[in-house]
Amino acid sequence: MYIDDTIAALATPLGEGGIGIVRISGPQAVDALEAIFRPKTEKRIRDFESHTLYLGNIISPRDGGVIDEALVAIMYAPRTFTREDVVEINCHGGSMPLRKTLEAVLAQGVRLAQPGEFTKRAFLNGRIDLVQAESILDIIRSRTHEGLRAAVDNLEGSISREIEGIRKQLSNILALVEVNIDFPEEDEEAAMGPGELEDELNKAAHEITRLLEGAGKGKILRDGIKVVIVGKPNVGKSSLLNTLLREKRAIVTDIPGTTRDIIEENLNLAGIPIRIIDTAGIRETGDEVEMIGVERSRKSLKNADLALIIFDITTGIQDEDGMIMDLVGDIPHLKLLNKIDLMDRAEELYDEEFIPISAKTGAGMDLLEKNIGKIIEMDNIIGDQPLINRIRHEQALQRALESIENAKKSSEVGHPLDIIAIDIKEAWSHLGEIVGDTVTEEILDIIFQEFCIGK
Amino acid sequence: MTFSAGKYDVIVIGAGHAGSEAALASSRLGCRTLCLTISMDAIALMPCNPAVGGPGKSHLVREVDALGGEIALNADKTFIQMRMINTGKGPAVRALRCQSDKRLYQYEMSGVLQREKNLHMKQDLVEEIIIKNGQVKGVITLAGAVYWSPTVILAGGTYLRGRIIMGDLNYSSGPAGYFPANKLSDNLRSHGFELVRFNTSTPARIDGDTVDYSSLTEQVGDEEEYYFSYMSHGQKRPRLPCWLTYTNTKTHEIILENLDKSPLARGEYSAKAPRYCPSIEDKVVRFTNKESHQVFLEPEGWDTKEIYVQGMSTSLPLDIQLEMLRSIKGLGKVEIMRPGYAIEYDCIQPKQLELNLGVRGVEGLYSAGQMNGTSGYEEAAAQGILAGINAAMYVKGRAPVTFSRSEAYIGVLVDDLVTKGTEEPYRILTSRAEYRLLLRQDNADLRLTEKGRKIGLVDDQRYEKFIERKNQIEELTEILEDSVINPGDEHGEKLLEELSSSPLKKSMSIGEILKRPELDSSHIERFLPGSEKYPRDVQEQVWIEFKYEGYIKKQIKQVENFKKLENRKIPPGIEFQGIRGMRMEAREKLQESKPMSVGQASRIPGVSPADINMLLIYLEQRRRETGGNEDEGG
Repeated sequence: MYIDDTIAALATPLGEGGIGIVRISGPQAVDALEAIFRPKTEKRIRDFESHTLYLGNIISPRDGGVIDEALVAIMYAPRTFTREDVVEINCHGGSMPLRKTLEAVLAQGVRLAQPGEFTKRAFLNGRIDLVQAESILDIIRSRTHEGLRAAVDNLEGSISREIEGIRKQLSNILALVEVNIDFPEEDEEAAMGPGELEDELNKAAHEITRLLEGAGKGKILRDGIKVVIVGKPNVGKSSLLNTLLREKRAIVTDIPGTTRDIIEENLNLAGIPIRIIDTAGIRETGDEVEMIGVERSRKSLKNADLALIIFDITTGIQDEDGMIMDLVGDIPHLKLLNKIDLMDRAEELYDEEFIPISAKTGAGMDLLEKNIGKIIEMDNIIGDQPLINRIRHEQALQRALESIENAKKSSEVGHPLDIIAIDIKEAWSHLGEIVGDTVTEEILDIIFQEFCIGK
Repeated sequence: MTFSAGKYDVIVIGAGHAGSEAALASSRLGCRTLCLTISMDAIALMPCNPAVGGPGKSHLVREVDALGGEIALNADKTFIQMRMINTGKGPAVRALRCQSDKRLYQYEMSGVLQREKNLHMKQDLVEEIIIKNGQVKGVITLAGAVYWSPTVILAGGTYLRGRIIMGDLNYSSGPAGYFPANKLSDNLRSHGFELVRFNTSTPARIDGDTVDYSSLTEQVGDEEEYYFSYMSHGQKRPRLPCWLTYTNTKTHEIILENLDKSPLARGEYSAKAPRYCPSIEDKVVRFTNKESHQVFLEPEGWDTKEIYVQGMSTSLPLDIQLEMLRSIKGLGKVEIMRPGYAIEYDCIQPKQLELNLGVRGVEGLYSAGQMNGTSGYEEAAAQGILAGINAAMYVKGRAPVTFSRSEAYIGVLVDDLVTKGTEEPYRILTSRAEYRLLLRQDNADLRLTEKGRKIGLVDDQRYEKFIERKNQIEELTEILEDSVINPGDEHGEKLLEELSSSPLKKSMSIGEILKRPELDSSHIERFLPGSEKYPRDVQEQVWIEFKYEGYIKKQIKQVENFKKLENRKIPPGIEFQGIRGMRMEAREKLQESKPMSVGQASRIPGVSPADINMLLIYLEQRRRETGGNEDEGG
């Protein structure tokens, strides 16, 4: 629980292209700006006039590359909305740079704001009146309910469950550390062997890294939406990819089963970054090389955010198509009816279920793009709120990982348990922030359950 | 028939570890104090382990000492062995523990109490507290004496409706065969206080002459001389060893076969027992895969054959106790002198207290020690001194004294009790302290002596000694910061080589060099000839601050954030039930605990960060509605 740390958030909803604003408020707002902004004027950031716009580049703290060109304004307290120092960064490069800018700000030790938090500060700092405060009450009140709903979602959401798992892992490590500290000599079996702590920390670090880098939602965050094209052999998957990319990249032949490697391309659709993947045709086959291709298709489907299933209008729905539908299962998907150029008046076949296209002539591509956009919004793959939650998760995981790395370093240089415990506790509380928990009672419960205490 | 028996500034009920400190504190602060005890022979009794200290506990002992309390000095005068434990686990959790001569401990403490000039010790049993219009007026005793006083401190230990359980035998009793206090509970209830019932057990005391020591592992104390109090340095005491043995499968069989003879194991008593101090029955039942448990034999003193059998607390019948003890190596022919037993007792649900240990809703009433649901002599002493101080502050019209979680274990202990309450006898643990690297036992004096001086409990002698130590620490710190060794420096390079430490690449202060993993405080004298004049504890203290500087700074920063929430005070009399938009559960929890700050509110289980936001907004609204006159304190 903090009341005056520095917070940041998108001040405009994450939508199509255009301009978006990242707002930062709190004592470290200007520090954060200094770390990521290279102004195009000679003026030092510290010397910027208050409430004045300056042009410059947002620089990635990771690789020093330019994220976006932006207009920024520093507004010094108290003449600001929150009565704290406020920085506003106006980006115009679409949703991706906006998100990267926010991430860059958060990497400076700034916390992602809770819904209603700017307004809350404005009220607590005497900036707005009681009537306006009523609306914040609503926001925070709904957040309480949302929190409850999220808790239910968390039970189902795999990422939350995995984070919870890591937190449990850390609780167990802490319990082991604390039982050694608070109950020395009491349970001989609790005594830690050499390297045991390091092993446990490595396991936890590994889990977090896997989660951060894994094919789960974290990857969407960095690499965009993953769209997979599937369909039986020779249905026109590679042609569709090529048409979408408007360039020949995949090898297109008339022999079924040509595409044996997965081909991956990036494109931008309605301001949303999309990774589009062409898989090998899925069908039962004895050919060994092709088997690998089918296996890869299955795998890539597993991590897909959206599947485009292609059917051949000239052959109608076949058994293999059914198999592919089963493979796709619950993954959000669109069904495409390809090769309409070989049929008359095929466009009229469009209905709720099938989108008629011709990968060869490009017919139906507008409709397809619109539907992709719609399903992405509809299924909330990258709706504003879920994305923000993901950034929150990722920030929590990232910070937890740093703390675990610190704990490992401490252990390597021979620091004692009580010092190492500080870092582990910190890692725990970074993850605990997600579910809002406190450490002591949980650790004690584990200790009394697992170890024979009572000298 | 009652009679008026006198008028005092402060009355302390009980003369155990809480009562002793409370009575000493208030009388030393100039209050005419009466301390009533069930028996003059039960003063500072150790009815369970004859030991003081351990992780968290030694921290409390040294804090009480820094404030001018007695427990550290008394333990230093009466130990039979002293050990520094957790030495390899870090500066924050290093802890001193001693085995005490139980009788000598009582004798010495009793002497201190009797010699205190404002303190009057009397043997009597308090049966009623007189409260009129929300103000304490005095107490009425079994003998009919009415003692008048504007302040009363409850320090009744485990005596309230005490009941001893041993097998199917159970009878009304205080600990160790002393009288129980049977009427005070009802009287407290009639005043509207909520009581809870706890349970704790103790092992048998055996005849030391019937133990075969030849087959046991001897445990001696540390050679190096350690003391709880910096005021005790230089005293020497003779040592006695302890002994280690183990239970075995035979012992466990005997216990399991006779479990039905333990009404506690049968679940017939609902009083909560501490999880950290289970009976041997519990251990055997719960950890079936363990074939043996450690048993420590601890002598109870020089002038007694009695030995405390640590690890074997039990409420089994006497014959089974004997059978199970005799199955243990070295105890084949053992004789029991005092049987083990479980004791049940009433105590106050501590959520009814304030951070100064005042009982909410009654002016002048304070409560301390096991009475508040804690266990342990150290926890009792810490609360005792705080209650004694605050009774005196009240009498003198001075501001109440409280301790923050960020300045002392006393603060952690009291805040935990008051804010969260407790479901079992509460024991302090270092893991309960968020900022434990700052709250070390080695710097308790640096943290609290000034505060104790302002309160008025730190006398000139203690204060001068403290100032001397503090100056030495500052001086040595400065020298180590300023003394720079340059690469190529002959003496420095040679020394580093000798200590298997890599040569310098750039100029470094000795303080920086001492952070290296292969170096520690014992090397200060090597690098800085002449520093032998600083005592070991000063060198150690200075080295810790250098070595863990980064982590210490990190915790200081955490404390700064913590304080922001603590400083947001909640004005008294807030109706938490009426906070719109807050979840019902949170409102109820807040109403029950009545937190005094937003920080305290945030620690109440069941109150979420979103609830705290609602609270912050409510407080701001209220502040504006009341014209902003109330001090928000933020």
